[in-house]
Amino acid sequence: MAAVILTDKDFEEKVEKNQGVVMVDFYADWCGPCKMAAPIIEELSDEYKGKVVVAKMDVDANQQTTGKFGIMSIPTMIIFKAGKEVERMSGFTGKEGYVKLIKKALGEA
Amino acid sequence: MVRKLIIIGSGPAGYTAAVYAARAELKPLVLAGEKSGGQLMNTGVVENWPGAGEGVMGPELMIEMRQQAVKFGAEMVDKQVTKVDLSQRPFKVWIGEEMHEAEAVIIAIGAESVMSGVPGEKELLGRGVATCAVCDAPFYKGKITYVIGGGDAAAEDALALTKHAKEVYLVHRRGELRASKIMVKRVKENEKIKILWNTELKEVIGKDKVEKIKVKDNQSGEERELVADGVFLAIGHKPATVMFKNQLTLDEKGYIKVSMEYPAVTQTNIQGVFAAGDVVDYRYKQAVTAAGMGCQAALDAEKWLEVINN
Repeated sequence: MAAVILTDKDFEEKVEKNQGVVMVDFYADWCGPCKMAAPIIEELSDEYKGKVVVAKMDVDANQQTTGKFGIMSIPTMIIFKAGKEVERMSGFTGKEGYVKLIKKALGEA
Repeated sequence: MVRKLIIIGSGPAGYTAAVYAARAELKPLVLAGEKSGGQLMNTGVVENWPGAGEGVMGPELMIEMRQQAVKFGAEMVDKQVTKVDLSQRPFKVWIGEEMHEAEAVIIAIGAESVMSGVPGEKELLGRGVATCAVCDAPFYKGKITYVIGGGDAAAEDALALTKHAKEVYLVHRRGELRASKIMVKRVKENEKIKILWNTELKEVIGKDKVEKIKVKDNQSGEERELVADGVFLAIGHKPATVMFKNQLTLDEKGYIKVSMEYPAVTQTNIQGVFAAGDVVDYRYKQAVTAAGMGCQAALDAEKWLEVINN
């Protein structure tokens, strides 16, 4: 399953009203580290299917949500649990860093 | 399976070595690391890559180099090397529990950015403290930003920020920039950039995001707090050689020492182990010099493999 693409319009419905765990990758097309993160995000969306909704949001096209969460660096990953932010990490950390973040949010770490 | 060649690293040196080694049919295994592509992944337009007169985006250049190496038969693994044993042949390289063996190794693991280590820096990373101005500059529209450093990276960061930020200050601990002449000229001619000479970052202050920074004038000793929205670190890089300590000869700053002598300039103190790029080079540090050394290392490795297999 590919990562869910989010917009300002459906962010509330797909993330804030979601009672489960959602990881959102805030990215832009012109950012090198984001490009490296992209395939990993897709892998994670497969590996955590059914456990975590893996989603991405283009910061250029969705400035309302980006502003609301004070995103000042990309890529930034935020994990939401029952609609509330529980974890956040900025910068490209490689797959391992993202897995750690997810595990922490799931209480597996 | 003992391979002919393992290449550790994936910047211009590692990928160029991979292109040459793959074309020499050495079937190199490239251990590219979790953050493959090296420092150019954090840059914008590269203007001094020969042949790219219109400039080429750093990340695109690296992705193309990688594809070029793969096309000729290099095998890429985006994982971090955790341990090496270069004491006997075949050489051993570990990724966690997974071990790989090879008759020759090229180390092109590069350098990593240095953090300033001041209070507040780590806590506010991604909340105003940033290491990739090219990535993050658009978030600082109308804001007050500080770039810490005085080299080409700092100059590029400052210039990138001028397109978005209201104010851009370059904070440098010396009285002159060590960036290249063309970059220094652009910085000085840009009216938006103000340089704070002989000034050191002491602290990043803020609750949920950067609010102020504390700097110290290292001539007068005077400390002051400045209102800030963004702090961009471009202090410098250090070679990523901790893993090779006690196995390879390093210089006092941690760079791997290579022979610098013909016929194998990239030869380390261990025969069959070669090094190239920023892990060796404390002087030039250019994409093109790293690529050049990567090529030399591949040719040196090829020659070495011929000698031991005959």
